[in-house]
Amino acid sequence: MQYVLLIYENDAEFAKLSEAQKGAIYREYGEYTQNLVKNGHMRAGAGLKPVDTATTVRVRGGKTLTTDGPFAETKEQLSGFYLVEAKDVDEAIALAARIPSVRHGSVEVRPTITAPSS
Amino acid sequence: MDLERLYREQCGRVVATVIRLVGDFDLAEEAVQDAFAAALEQWPVQGEPANPRAWLVGVARHKAIDRIRRRTNFEAKRAELEALAVLDEPSDPPDSAIEDDQLRLIFTCCHPALAVEAQVALTLHTLCGLSTEEIAHAFMVPVATMAQRLVRAKKKIRDAGIPYRVPADEVLAGRLEAVLRTVYLVFNEGYAASAGDTLVRRELCAEAIRLGWLLCELKPLPEARALLALMLLHDSRRGARVGPDGEVVTLEEQNRRQWDRAQIGEGLALVEAALREGGAGFYALQAAIAALHARAEAAEHTDWRQIAVLYDILRRRYPSPVTELNHAAAVAMAEGPARGLGLLDALEVSGDLRSYHLLPAVRADLLRRLGRRHEAAAAYRQALEFVTSAPERRFLERRLAEVEASRG
Repeated sequence: MQYVLLIYENDAEFAKLSEAQKGAIYREYGEYTQNLVKNGHMRAGAGLKPVDTATTVRVRGGKTLTTDGPFAETKEQLSGFYLVEAKDVDEAIALAARIPSVRHGSVEVRPTITAPSS
Repeated sequence: MDLERLYREQCGRVVATVIRLVGDFDLAEEAVQDAFAAALEQWPVQGEPANPRAWLVGVARHKAIDRIRRRTNFEAKRAELEALAVLDEPSDPPDSAIEDDQLRLIFTCCHPALAVEAQVALTLHTLCGLSTEEIAHAFMVPVATMAQRLVRAKKKIRDAGIPYRVPADEVLAGRLEAVLRTVYLVFNEGYAASAGDTLVRRELCAEAIRLGWLLCELKPLPEARALLALMLLHDSRRGARVGPDGEVVTLEEQNRRQWDRAQIGEGLALVEAALREGGAGFYALQAAIAALHARAEAAEHTDWRQIAVLYDILRRRYPSPVTELNHAAAVAMAEGPARGLGLLDALEVSGDLRSYHLLPAVRADLLRRLGRRHEAAAAYRQALEFVTSAPERRFLERRLAEVEASRG
C-alpha cells in the first residue's frame, strides 16, 4: 500500500533555530531519506520552503483567485512530505515515527487511492 | 441448546478465525451471521453438531465464498476466490490457533488509528457479540449513531490498511496499553451506572471481565493481571451497591456479607502477582487500593492510611485531577476531614475539576462529618448542579435533605 506522510511543524519555531541546529536537522533528514531508499520504501518526497512562500489558487465561477499564503492559517504548517510504500498502516506509522520533525511537530499518515484494476 | 448463549460465548472466537481465513472484517462478520442463522434453522432439526465451533467456522467460510461470488466486480471476485481456494485450512484449528486469532482480533479492534469510542464499539460488537442496539443503549447514544460508528471503524480498518495481526514485540507494550484502556472503559461504563439501570450495564462489566481473563490467558503481562484484579474487586461489590429501593449504597454503608468473596479471592491473588512482577503500575496501584477495601471486614477496619499512601504514589506517577480528589478523600478518612478540606481547597483553585460533581460532593461530605451543615448544604447544592446520573442525583438530594433537616 502507498501512504503519504505529511509533515507539519511550526515554521516560526524552525526559523528561530541557529544555522548549526538547522544543519543538524537537514543531516538527519538526509540519513532518514537514505534509509527509506535502502529499505525500498521511498517513492517520492520533498522538503517545502516556508509557508510564506506559498500561493493559494482557487477558481470560482470561472474566475481565478490567487492569494498570498497557505490555504488556511494553522498553528503548524506543512513543511514536507514523503510518498512511501508500506505493507500496512503499522509499517507506515513506524516510518513516520522516525521522521526528525515528529519530535516537535506532527506527521499525518494517509493512504493513497489506488486506481481500480482495469 | 441455548443458541443465544453459544453466540455470546463463541461469536468472538468464530469471527476471529473467519477474519483470518477470508481476510476481510465485514465479509467475515456477515458470513458468521449467516452461519449462526443457518445453525438456528438446522440444529433443531438435525441436532447439534459434535463440534459447534468447527461447524460454524466451516459454514461461515462457505457463506463468505457465496457472498464473494454474488459480487458484481469480476476482477475483485476472481482475486478473492483465488485467495480463498489457496486456504486449505481445517475448519477446526487447534486451541492455540484460536487464541492467536482472538489476540489478533483484540489488537485490531483496539488499534490506535481508530478513535477510542470506535475501539470500544468494535470490541463489544465483534469480540463480545453485543448487538448494535445493546451497545447504543449501554452508551446512551442513538442506534443509528452507533451503527455509523461501527461502519466507519470497519471502513477505516479497510481503507487505512490496519493489519490483522498481533503487533511486533517492539510496539507490543504500547499497543497493550491501548487494549487495556479500552477494556477498562467498557468496565467503567458498566460500573459507573449503579442503581436502577438495566441488565446491559451489568453485562458490560461481565464482558470487560471476560476480556480481561482472555488477555491474561493470551498475554499474562503484569498490567493485564492488575486490570483484571481491579475489575474483579470492583465488581465483587455488585450485590451490595444497590439498596432494596434501588438506591445508591456507599462503600461505607454496604453490607459486606453481600460481597462476592470468591471473586475477591481471585482478585487478591492477581493483584499480588501483578505487584510482584510488575511493580507499581497504573492499574496495579488502583487494584492494590481496591484490595485494601476488599480485605476490610467492616468499613471501620479499612486501612485508610495505607490507601492514602497508595493514592499519593498514584498521583505522583500518573497525575490526574480525579486522582487528586481521591487522594484528598483518603487523607480525610485517615487524618480527619479538616486535612482533606485543605487539599480540596488547593484542587478548587487549580480549576481542573470545574464542573465535576464529585468535587463539591466530597467537600460536602467532609463538611457534613465536621458538623458544618450550612456549608455542607451549599456544597451539596453545588454538586447537584453538575451531577449527571439519576441515581447519584437522588443520593445527593437525600444527603442534602438530611443535612438541612438536622439544622436547628
